Amino acid sequence: MKFLPTSDADRTEMLRAIGVSSVDDLFASIPAEVRKPADLPAPLSEIEVRRMMGSLASKNANARESAFFLGAGIYHHWISAVADQMLYRAEWLTSYTPYQPEVSQGTLQSIFEYQTHICLLTGLDVSNASLYEGASALVEALLMAARLSRGRNKAVLSAAIHPEYRETVRTYFEPLGLTAVEVPAGPDGATDAEALRAAVDDDTFAVAVQSPNFYGVIEDWENGSRAAHAKGALSVAVVAEAVSMALLAPPGERGADIACGEAQALGVPMHFGGPVLGFLACRSDHQRQLPGRLSGETRDAEGRRAFCLTLSTREQHIRRERATSNICTNQALMALAVNIHCSLLGKRGLRDVALQSHAKAEYLKGEIARIPGYRIPFAGPTFNEFVVEAPERAAPLLSRLARGGILAGVPLSRWESDSENRFLVAATEMNTREEMDRLVAALAAQGSGAPSSGRSQ
Amino acid sequence: MNPEDLRYTQSHEWVRIDGDVGTIGITDYAQKELGDIVYLELPEVGHVFNAGEEFGTVESVKAVSELFTPVSGEIVEINKGAVTEPGIVNDDPFGDGWMIKLKLSTDEEVQKLLTAEQYEEYVKQEEKEK
Repeated sequence: MKFLPTSDADRTEMLRAIGVSSVDDLFASIPAEVRKPADLPAPLSEIEVRRMMGSLASKNANARESAFFLGAGIYHHWISAVADQMLYRAEWLTSYTPYQPEVSQGTLQSIFEYQTHICLLTGLDVSNASLYEGASALVEALLMAARLSRGRNKAVLSAAIHPEYRETVRTYFEPLGLTAVEVPAGPDGATDAEALRAAVDDDTFAVAVQSPNFYGVIEDWENGSRAAHAKGALSVAVVAEAVSMALLAPPGERGADIACGEAQALGVPMHFGGPVLGFLACRSDHQRQLPGRLSGETRDAEGRRAFCLTLSTREQHIRRERATSNICTNQALMALAVNIHCSLLGKRGLRDVALQSHAKAEYLKGEIARIPGYRIPFAGPTFNEFVVEAPERAAPLLSRLARGGILAGVPLSRWESDSENRFLVAATEMNTREEMDRLVAALAAQGSGAPSSGRSQ
Repeated sequence: MNPEDLRYTQSHEWVRIDGDVGTIGITDYAQKELGDIVYLELPEVGHVFNAGEEFGTVESVKAVSELFTPVSGEIVEINKGAVTEPGIVNDDPFGDGWMIKLKLSTDEEVQKLLTAEQYEEYVKQEEKEK
């Protein structure tokens, strides 16, 4: 393949054919004052490009070289080299969503296995082949519940669902004429069960609660389920830290009708925020309204185990504008990463990851709570992430720590204007005791001498 | 083959009037065209529909179609047996394969529907145009 398709001679000939003398003449109709020459540097050799890119990349802080405690929806978990080895095979890496799916038995089997992992983790009957990310997975879960309700218009959301998920819900709901009512978290950081119940009425099609919620606090799914079912609405469980499902009761066992969220924590690298992986699962009663692709197990003409796309009549290539969603693809490669990761770790391995993450976060929480001036504002139990309230504004504090190689957390002020001093801290199996002690020591050192300014809440 | 006492639509539904209640299903021709029916989605009792509105969907191994009510009224009963065993619509479209019962809001609409003879004529025409 030629990367420079035209030579000077080609260009001269083409210009002559259309009757202009130079390439600049082609732009003569654009006023001179807006016609600025592109101010590009001179071309570089490959050696120079690599050197330049390396120097740019080294300006980034990265999880490998920092003490890393960031979460807020994307989590830093261990991923085996085996996963990359499998994932980067060309058969997986380069294939797109199969349009003649049954010839791609390997792809369908991988999707089927991914779906099986999600069903086991959520305790539900049917998982789709995956969606783009957690926020749109919540949207699809809610739209599915709206369709199943036949005519109800209101969703009740816990305000402790990830703020970006809730924003995505609002974006989709507005043009559809649906409303989302938000129920705030109580003083312990968990959604107020009584307020949740009170917000649900006969026009409500779903109640959605995230656990662990955005503040890291573990919610009781049953609060959402009871509130929903009392009025004939569906209970939607949202999970942003999917590793938690290996330890906590699965949503399907706590009354949830639909579970959705972000599966990045199960073997997908942080990728600067994407690509990640949305998951969506439901009870078999509702499978006809489940959007997206679905791989099913069957037998071929000779009775051998085989896989096929199933219930395709839900999908837009069959039902056009009447499809359950305009989603016609899935994140097959990221779903494969989750499949490989879960298969490698197995039930005990995943549980071990969850236990270690929880234990480290508990240690860190206890140590930070002891630093003078610092407190843990929410008393509710947490999994591997928690809110810290500092004696000063969190954003500049975190910036100072970052300069010392400690990415200590995510300031809540990014989403909540009244939480200036608060930040989220996450711990996983990746954090060492030494790193955690370094964070605690750094926070304690900041506390001494740093003036207290502002307050939260 | 199309019972004389029923009225028909060009979308291949039939209605049987019994007092102020209309029983609705799809015709034998429709079930044959669809093939093996695997799924039936019907509305809930109490829903009110205007004539011509979609009241559900029928899905076969090769197609999925919307169902339209020939007359206006409120749903008083749905055939739960057909939802559990959709094959019954193939086996007995004019009998056990009925789908919904409506309490009619008016008795004027029925007269505008096709008779068995007119429906047969319509199907013949449709077959020719295939």
